[in-house]
This record gives sequence, C-alpha cells and structure tokens, in this order.
Amino acid sequence: MNAPLIDAHAHFLHAGCGRSDWREVNAARFRAGARMGITCHVASVLGSYGFNSPTYFPSPRDVVIGNDAMLGMCDEHGDLVRMLVVVNPNYTSHALDEIERCVERGAVGIKLLASRRADDALLDPVCALAAKRTLPILHHIWQHRRRDWPSQEISDGADLARLARRHGVVTFILAHIGGGGDYHHTYAAIRDVKNIVADTSGSGVDRGMLDDAVGAIGSQRLLWGCDLTMCTGLAKLRALELTGLSSDDDIQDIRWRNAVRVFGERAFPALAARREAPPSTDRAAARRAENVS
Amino acid sequence: MIDVNALIGPYPFRFLPHPDPDVLVRVLDREQLEAAWVGHLPSAFYRDPTAGNAQLYTALAQFGSRLRPVPTIRPDWPDWQRALSIARDAGAAAVRVYPPQWQLAPGDTRLAELAIACGESRIPVILTVRFEDLRQRAPLDVAGDLQAAAVRALARAGKGVRLIVTAAGREFIEEVHWGLTPDEQRRVYWDFSWVWGPPEDHLAKLLRAVGSERFVYGTQWPLRLTQNPRANLDLLPPDLASLQLGDPTQMFAV
Repeated sequence: MNAPLIDAHAHFLHAGCGRSDWREVNAARFRAGARMGITCHVASVLGSYGFNSPTYFPSPRDVVIGNDAMLGMCDEHGDLVRMLVVVNPNYTSHALDEIERCVERGAVGIKLLASRRADDALLDPVCALAAKRTLPILHHIWQHRRRDWPSQEISDGADLARLARRHGVVTFILAHIGGGGDYHHTYAAIRDVKNIVADTSGSGVDRGMLDDAVGAIGSQRLLWGCDLTMCTGLAKLRALELTGLSSDDDIQDIRWRNAVRVFGERAFPALAARREAPPSTDRAAARRAENVS
Repeated sequence: MIDVNALIGPYPFRFLPHPDPDVLVRVLDREQLEAAWVGHLPSAFYRDPTAGNAQLYTALAQFGSRLRPVPTIRPDWPDWQRALSIARDAGAAAVRVYPPQWQLAPGDTRLAELAIACGESRIPVILTVRFEDLRQRAPLDVAGDLQAAAVRALARAGKGVRLIVTAAGREFIEEVHWGLTPDEQRRVYWDFSWVWGPPEDHLAKLLRAVGSERFVYGTQWPLRLTQNPRANLDLLPPDLASLQLGDPTQMFAV
C-alpha cells in the first residue's frame, strides 16, 4: 500500500504504567503498523493507565508523567509518531499549562478522557485554548450512555454535540465509533454538528457500522483509527472499499487526508506536500466554514 | 478454510444488511473461503426453533456443501431427539445451542445429554459467547454472555463431546482451557472472531499457549465484518506466520 495511512487514535504504554510488557506492546503496535502501512500514529499516553491513578481520572502528576513519556516517543520515532496532550479538566490551570507545555514541544492536539462529562463548563477553558492554538480535541466517547458505568464519567455523542456547539471553531474528534455502545445513537446526535468528526477505531466490527457512518456524516468527517485493536482497524480499512458508499477519493480522505485537515499540515509536513486538493476535501472545508459562520 | 460461525436471517435488535445465503456465497468467494457452516440467527431467539430450522434447511438446500446447515436444538424442549435425528439426516455440520438465551445454567444436565447425543452422531455443538458487545445491547436483550463454566461443564460431559465455542475473548478461552484436563481440552475448539490482535497480541499469545490446532476460522457473519479474522491472521508476529489452524471436519478423528 503506497497511499498514506494515519492512525488518528493510538496509545502507547510506558515504564510507569505498571506493566512489565510495556515495551513489547509498543513494539507490537509498530510491527503491525508497518505491516498495515501506517504512516503516522497519532497517539496519547493515558497517565499511568490505572497504576497510580485511574486511567480515566489521571492525577496531575500522572498526566505529566504520561505526557513526558509521549514526548519521548515523539523524539525517538520522528515523523512516525505524533502526540495528543492528555489533560484532566478538573484541574483547570494545570490542564492549560500542560497543553501549552506540550504544544510547544510538538503536540498536535488534545486528548480528553472521561474525567468530566463533555458538556460540563469545566471543559470550556480547555476548548478556548484549543481554539486559540488551533488544536483539535479527541474526546473519549461511550456510544449512547444509558446509565453510569464505573471508572469513568462517560459522555456520548449528544454530550459532545452540546460542547461542540459552544465552541464552533474547534474540531472535535468523537472517539471510536466501534468502541462500545450504540453508534447509531451517535450518528443521529452528531449528524448536524459539523465541527465533530468521528474516528473509526474500537474493537467493534459490526457490519453496517461503516456504511451507516458514511451515510450519516459523510466520508469527509471520518478519520481512520485503531485504538487498542489493530486487527479491527485493518478489517475496517479493507471493508471501507466495499461499502459502496465511498469513492476512491473518499477512501483517501478517510485514510489520511481528513487527518491532515483536522490536525493541520504542520502536523504532517511530509504528507502535506503529497496532499492534493480533491473535490471531496473542498466540500468538507466548505461544510466546516458553514458551521463556523 | 471453512467459516464455522456464519448465520443467515435478521437480528432482532439491529438492522443487518443482506443476511442472505446468496450474499454469503459471494462473501465466501471474495474472502477465498471454501465453505461455511451456517446457522439461522432468529432461531436463537425463538421459543421453539423448529420452524427456524426448517427455514434454514430450505434456504441452504440449493448451495450443497458450500453452505452446510447448523440447526438450533433446545434440549429443554420436548422431543428434541427428533430435531437431532432430522439434523443428522439433513447432513448438519453441527448443532447450535444458546444456554443464556434459554436461561439454562452451567451444568444443566439437559445440555449435557444433548452434547453427548450429538457426539454419538459425530456432530459438534456450537456455543456462542455473545452476538454483540455487552455495552451496546438493546434494553430488551437481557440474556448476558455465555459463562465459561457452561463450556467447562459440557467439555467434561463425555469423551465423545466436541464443542466449538465462538465469539470468546482471551480471558474466557484461558479460563476454560486451563480449567480442563488435557483430554477435555481436546474436545474444545475456538473461533477467534472476538480475539484481539496487536498491539496486545491476544491471538498470538493464545496460539502459542493453547495451540493453533485448537482454533478454527469463524467470522460471525452477518453480524461482524468477515475481514476481521483474516486481518488478525495477517498481523500475527513472524514466528506464527506458518501456523496451521484446526480442521473442523476432523474434530472426531482426534
């Protein structure tokens, strides 16, 4: 496969995550990525992954340790890795400082977990800074929350849509349509909120999931990704060509061009030069402009 | 390769595109799969699966050995022995049972009786851990996942029993496998339609620890993308590149 491929939703482990096999897991991501032709892993480190503080409620100390580990991955792997800075919005000033610190060192976006519901006012300062620095926000999402679940303050597409309407100039990436829950609810919730795009990651590989996503929000609002399961990422990549709803051009958008648009050309300088100006991308830009206005 | 975990028919809780046998044949061609063992999805939710089985036999009749029927048999339903006899006469590749949907607890002796009877007819029993992720289930879908204890109980029911457990994850497989004697382990086969690949490499770890001969190919079409198990194999570490999966047609030769 020669066409670029950007995994918009990846994670790496580190020495402080409490797992002795963290190096092997990271190596496996690179091994599988090379096999699949991944050009860039846009990744984050989620604090200590529960070792010292909960994965979805990382302490400020773990946030810093995790982001430092991610910065180290970027230094080590160059263009193969890009970073999203993780913050916990319950610690507003710390979150804002951490975003500034990591963006100065190359972070291309913000990763919000499930430390606070997406439509909570505490997320507004983070979004304001994202707008100022032109950073997209990848938000962990439970597809249709019908109740609370332990270990996370979950948000769904409707919650994120309320936040996105308040911050129309920020692009929000709704995480993992295949990551659990009822993605049909999500499609309905975000269809008309054009500054929300969705990533295809997650272990779910339901037939119809991709077709319905393309039908509901269009190929120009989908980013390909893997998250914790790269086999399902590869399966969805192969299935995309068979949906019958996406043209070859649309597939390139989902594979990488939408990611370049969302994260900015500065995030992928090597790819920006390859980026053509396909009509589909123009349509997406026009839709975004409509929403912003 | 044979897809042991294919189904036809609609699913009660979400729309499935084209869950039809002629479409399945085209999918097999595309995926270069030799044949499929095919169940009737709505029968998992019928009180009496008899009519669903009849529909299955009729729907698959024109496809010969490419699509072999896997009828559903409830061992808590009167005269299930007749359904097994019909299955045998129809050349059923296996029999499907759904203990959670029928509220049959692990260790239910009626399940064991059916598994033993199937074994005597050299017919494997297919169990389904789940149709969907627990997190996305409809409010009316309250059956829950199959329990590992149910598989262990059936594997211990008799020497002639052969089980194919579909849609299990790594922890489930390990819990069952290492909770059985070596003889009992050889009665159980697994599909890996729900097993994670890299970066966690659950499939690689299972293939190394449990043995590739214990795994068979299954997709859970039309619920899930057929591309998934193939992608999982394609992403295995180099030391597993030449592995041999188990042959579901030879389960009783062992």
